Amino acid sequence: MLTAMNTIGGVREKLVVIGNGMAGMRTVEEILARAPGMFDISVFGAEPQPNYDRIMLSPLLAGAKTFDQIVLNSLDWYEANQITLIAGEAVVSIDRAARVVTSETGRQVTYDKLLLATGSNPFVLPLPGATRPGVMTFRSVADVERMLGVAAPGKTAVVIGGGLLGLEAAHGLNLRGMAVSVVHLMPTLMERQLDASAAHLLEKALTARGMAIHTSANTASFDGEGEDGHVTGVTLKDGRHIPADLVVMAVGIRPNAALAKAAGLACDRGVQVDDAMRTSDPAIYAIGECVEHAGQCYGLVAPIWDMAKVAADNICAAAASGFVPAATGTRLKVSGIEMFSAGQFIGDETTEDVVLRDAARGIYKRLVLREDRLVGVVCFGDTRDAGWYFDLLRNGEALGALRETMIFGPVAAAGDPQEALGSLADTAEICGCNGVKKGAITAAIAEHGLATVDAVRARTKASASCGSCTSLVEGLLKLWLGDGYVPIVAKPMCKCTSHGHDEVRRRIRTGALKSIPAVMQALEWGTPDGCAACRPALNFYLLAAWPGEYVDDQQSRFVNERMHANIQKDGTYSVVPRMWGGTTSARELRAIADVVDKFNIPAVKVTGGQRIDMLGVRKEDLQAVWRDLNAAGLVSGHAYGKALRTVKTCVGSEWCRFGVQDSTAMGIALEKQTWGSWHPHKVKLAVSGCPRNCAEATIKDFGVVATEAGWDLHVGGNGGIKVRATELLCKVTTEAEVMEYCCAFLQLYRMEARYLERTAPWLERVGLRYVQEQIVENAARRAALFADFLYAQTFAQADPWAAQAAGDNAETRKYNAMAELV
Amino acid sequence: MMDGMRRVENFVDIGALEDIPRLGARSVKSPRGDIAVFRTADDSVYALQDRCPHKQGPLSQGIVHGNAVTCPLHGWVIGLTDGQALGLDKGCTPTFAVKVEHGRVLLALGGAAPGNLAQSAQL
Repeated sequence: MLTAMNTIGGVREKLVVIGNGMAGMRTVEEILARAPGMFDISVFGAEPQPNYDRIMLSPLLAGAKTFDQIVLNSLDWYEANQITLIAGEAVVSIDRAARVVTSETGRQVTYDKLLLATGSNPFVLPLPGATRPGVMTFRSVADVERMLGVAAPGKTAVVIGGGLLGLEAAHGLNLRGMAVSVVHLMPTLMERQLDASAAHLLEKALTARGMAIHTSANTASFDGEGEDGHVTGVTLKDGRHIPADLVVMAVGIRPNAALAKAAGLACDRGVQVDDAMRTSDPAIYAIGECVEHAGQCYGLVAPIWDMAKVAADNICAAAASGFVPAATGTRLKVSGIEMFSAGQFIGDETTEDVVLRDAARGIYKRLVLREDRLVGVVCFGDTRDAGWYFDLLRNGEALGALRETMIFGPVAAAGDPQEALGSLADTAEICGCNGVKKGAITAAIAEHGLATVDAVRARTKASASCGSCTSLVEGLLKLWLGDGYVPIVAKPMCKCTSHGHDEVRRRIRTGALKSIPAVMQALEWGTPDGCAACRPALNFYLLAAWPGEYVDDQQSRFVNERMHANIQKDGTYSVVPRMWGGTTSARELRAIADVVDKFNIPAVKVTGGQRIDMLGVRKEDLQAVWRDLNAAGLVSGHAYGKALRTVKTCVGSEWCRFGVQDSTAMGIALEKQTWGSWHPHKVKLAVSGCPRNCAEATIKDFGVVATEAGWDLHVGGNGGIKVRATELLCKVTTEAEVMEYCCAFLQLYRMEARYLERTAPWLERVGLRYVQEQIVENAARRAALFADFLYAQTFAQADPWAAQAAGDNAETRKYNAMAELV
Repeated sequence: MMDGMRRVENFVDIGALEDIPRLGARSVKSPRGDIAVFRTADDSVYALQDRCPHKQGPLSQGIVHGNAVTCPLHGWVIGLTDGQALGLDKGCTPTFAVKVEHGRVLLALGGAAPGNLAQSAQL
């Protein structure tokens, strides 16, 4: 384990960090940048996770991001930097005389320098019922998990607090299908960030999304059965009652200074620090939301990043810098609602306003000026110019002639958008979602020779979230590379849109788009309901992105997937039951023979995938055919779908004198695990019991070949017009590994390939190396893909034939004529 | 309505509008062969012979988008209003008069001819 009980007398000073959050780890990063190896670093975190982006909790709640996507420092990072992470263990005391901290388990670690980054605690209203189950705060991953444990479509949620955090929580729960009410004490929402006009527009926008907003509303109690029954509602002081299955309190935070106070450090509201971020004990520094600097506490990330730099300078004795509070801007992370504010946006008698309103487009901009300088800004509905305003505000230069046109943004001011982009300072924020500044982007372009928007995204995260600043990032590439910048224009999906497949998939995920109309609206489709090319693609992308949530759109399925059989040239259908690993039995064969006789099926053929095809079945007979096949235990073989088709096997070690592994059993296990999964194109598997490879595994999408030592895993092969042999992914030893690697590979393909792109061209496009990095070298990524696949399968593994054979309802009437006028 | 009354003898009730999925179709068996009855996103209804002019594919099984259907066999796109193939393909499918009254779909078998006899009607 990660003990550090002994003080090892050595050259390195010992730095202990209490708090494994954004502030603490940013400071550690800054320290490592200044003086790598200077300290022997131990980090205590009360939460069990590695450091994650707390700002991204709302997208996590909304389902737009996964936990992996919001991790800032992976466990590998701690290891690579030789940092001892003690996660899930809170520190309970600091002995300043002995310079030792003690954790809740009694673990003791000595320090030369100590950094407090204990953050803040959410404020809990001291009202009756506040401790009931179902009443919670919104501060950590654990809180999100608790909320998701209760959240379900149709249930009700009440969010107490209409500030930034409360509204983001409300938005996330709303996207989860809950009926959400927001109870806010003040007359207008987000009064610390918005003036009344913008708050009004915000309230309208949220109401339009189905939220109920109660302003000037004071909570009286949280109601439920008995003393400690689960919450059922909220009563307001004016007597109104709002039902609730879930209550989220987001009414503010308090610096977490208890540990410092108990250790005798000077504290008021927070841990008091000087300009160097030092506490009243010179060996102890403090940073982030737990501190109080010059009477001020901080809760936004920008000033905390500044604190981290100052603290690192002083801890490393690299420079004698001091913290100077700067103006900060605020954005709301609610997709589709653009808002930004900064500075003194509520004017007084010494200020004047420049206001722009565009009611039709729901745009409101207010610039607050004092003595020809910009001191405050509010933008609602259009925040493209927010970075430029924020820059003007922080520079504090005289506006002069700019004043005339500045309300229309830098384009109007400079006349040329490229020129405006060029004139932005390096500190101007380009990407609001990820807080990426112009200087960081241009530096990354220069240092790493980046030439595409995707490369900038991967390196800096700029434009990686909502994508609204993509054109700015492109502009910077153009400025930097000049004619050397060749925009990669993705081939549009179809004539209905200018977006390529990858961009559409990305926007579905990041924009939490969950229906075909939502995608078409958000991505400005050029046709009212798409075409026969884009609709099946969108249906698959949505199905893959939102398993269990997205409702399959039958009318966007190609006929074969809608009818669960293959249409033939004469309009009849072919029916192929699943034969697990190519095995069958007398009972199954007898049932097939009976069905062929009973329905006068004209042709029967053995397929290339070791199954039996009944050809020429009339549409009207499909349901009855399936009923009879089902009765013998036969289920759909999905021979008609962009889905998992067959798992071909040889007889293997069970019968064959050359066989070294039981390939048939392996094939059956793979088929049982993967059947029913939808894919960008058809997917075929095979398992051979020895390198003679009788199952032809090396021309399959995922082929397994047994060896004396275990299994060789091959990927990306197909027969077809252009035969392609597989490439070797890796070698594994156990059946469990074959299963995990196979499912992880299929999941990666499902999530990243383009619709109608088989694994072979996909692999040629992304490269075997990429797939190996994801599946073979990165165990955590592989495990996550495996888990995602298994989760999606819980919704996919229902025999469609059984459902379709069931009877006459709206879903199954398609097999019969609407009327017979003969 | 008088105009509709005069023609009612030609129209046969083939079922409820709700029996046809939106952006979908159902087929009707008739002495004139199978007829595909389509319902668009805005609840307009059209009827075509259920045979693609290309290789006789069942148009009722295609994907409906806008005022067109894509044939399931080889992807020809056929206009629902006039039965004409769109784009570079050349061909035409006979159309039938169809209308919706009080939520019922009424189809007229007589007078089927290529071209503009098809009617669409709102609910």
